Amino acid sequence: MIEAIFNYEFLQNAFFSGLIIGVIAPLLGVFIVVRRLSLIADALSHVTLAGIAGSLYLSQSVPALALLNPIYLGIVASVSGSILIERLRSLYKHYEELAIPIIMSGGIGLSAIFISMAQGFNQDLMSYLFGSVSAVSRQDLYVVIGIAVVVILFLFFMFKELFLLSFDDEFAKASGIPAKWVHLAFMIVTALVIAASMRIVGILLVSSLMTLPVAAAMRVAKGFKQAIIYAIVFGELSVIIGLVSAFYLNLAPGGTIVVTSIVILLVVIFGKKMSLLMASKGVN
Amino acid sequence: MQAFVLYKALHVQYIIVMLNRNDFELEGRDVNVQNVQIDIRNVSFQYEYTNVLNDISLQVQQGDFLALLGPNGSGKSTLLKLILGLLKPMSGEVNLFGESCDKFKKREWIGYVSQKSNAFNSGFPATVREVVRSGLTKKVGLFKRLPKDANARAEAALKLVGMEQFIDRNIGALSGGQQQRVFIARALISEPKLLILDEPTVGIDHENVQAFYDLLVKLNEEQGITMVLVTHDVNTVSNRISHVACLNQKIHFHGFRREFDTLPEEKLNAWYGHAVRKVH
Repeated sequence: MIEAIFNYEFLQNAFFSGLIIGVIAPLLGVFIVVRRLSLIADALSHVTLAGIAGSLYLSQSVPALALLNPIYLGIVASVSGSILIERLRSLYKHYEELAIPIIMSGGIGLSAIFISMAQGFNQDLMSYLFGSVSAVSRQDLYVVIGIAVVVILFLFFMFKELFLLSFDDEFAKASGIPAKWVHLAFMIVTALVIAASMRIVGILLVSSLMTLPVAAAMRVAKGFKQAIIYAIVFGELSVIIGLVSAFYLNLAPGGTIVVTSIVILLVVIFGKKMSLLMASKGVN
Repeated sequence: MQAFVLYKALHVQYIIVMLNRNDFELEGRDVNVQNVQIDIRNVSFQYEYTNVLNDISLQVQQGDFLALLGPNGSGKSTLLKLILGLLKPMSGEVNLFGESCDKFKKREWIGYVSQKSNAFNSGFPATVREVVRSGLTKKVGLFKRLPKDANARAEAALKLVGMEQFIDRNIGALSGGQQQRVFIARALISEPKLLILDEPTVGIDHENVQAFYDLLVKLNEEQGITMVLVTHDVNTVSNRISHVACLNQKIHFHGFRREFDTLPEEKLNAWYGHAVRKVH
């Protein structure tokens, strides 16, 4: 495959996008998981689908937009979805989780309408749903790089606020941190990462790359920075093994990446159990 | 004539209100404006239909160790939230360090230690060091990284609470009492002038409660940090606390600890609606 990467541009695109997503998705995912927002990430990915389907429909029916890359409308949909979710969450203060089914079904509903209005983009749509090794364009790669820069800058400058807000939001608010704005910015960045990841893992499986490596990392990490490092290592492993096997076995990379990360999670869980068992035996 | 009757009625009302006001005046307190850290004036607050706080006035001076005593539902959490700026009073004003609560920007001067039970989820992957360092967040300011000496400061703060040997442990792996000490260290790292503690001993086993209070007294006496301890438990009002305020929708009493000791128990019972035991 390494030789193939040098020879084919589409493989370079997929591989480098995958490597970048393997860092930013679990990195942001650590915050998403500890703040119990994993379902929100899922809802946002479905809103992204509405943007993608809308864009595919537009490029079919409006000749001028035939070459429009669906990732842009996907980003627009995802970011507006994140803002809407926050509005709904503050509207239904005591039923915050209500925002999730509203946004999720809204996203799928809109997608269903666009998909049935258009005809004949089944193949294209499949690659957005479950990811693709061959469909990632150079332009997609540039968008992914741009989003990665935004994410890294955001986390670099807001790390301490995000940590405090995640750990103890009452204390954070009491110490005068603009919790509302930090949270909104965080949701928008999450929406960006979801839009960036969907080309490789696919919309239906995006949130798994944000949660599964983190779930494994939390079994072994003592501290927060450690959890981030483990999550990125597990995320990269899943992406690399997943992409290589998708390429050779001609499978959708979304499937192989998610299955790999589940295997890693299981190995970590059993490994931890075994080491605890060994330790307790050692003591006895 | 009508106006006169109305005036008379209002006047009688006024006298009744005045008579019903604080059962004790704020006697014996030399109020020095410069040293007042919390100044609450005629604050009232209500949630939708229920009156929670009624015309509260309370001052806390530098170096005080105040126990704010009130049963469940007395409005003490609400009062705390007003001081912390999480809620706004419907009438009256809250001043902090001589500034109106809205305009007060030096939030790092006020350290906050909440009830252990709702502070965080115990599965959170964070070390004691990371938790204590996070106490610097506000002091350092937005868009800036924590300073290089954050670790040294975290160690110093942990030393103050006697937890330095746990610095690299996972926060969830500690006992309730140890966690509370870590949270005090988190509050201390920004060098606050005032510590507000909301029922800090809930969920801590009995033997460790005394040690916990010893720590608070030490910080109060040696570091000169003002303490406001909110509790529903009269028993926790140990003899080393300087002031007591009794809250149940309004301030029934605010004065020195020794005056509190002379209060007849019937009075406490009347304020709190049930038998209250005083332990010395």
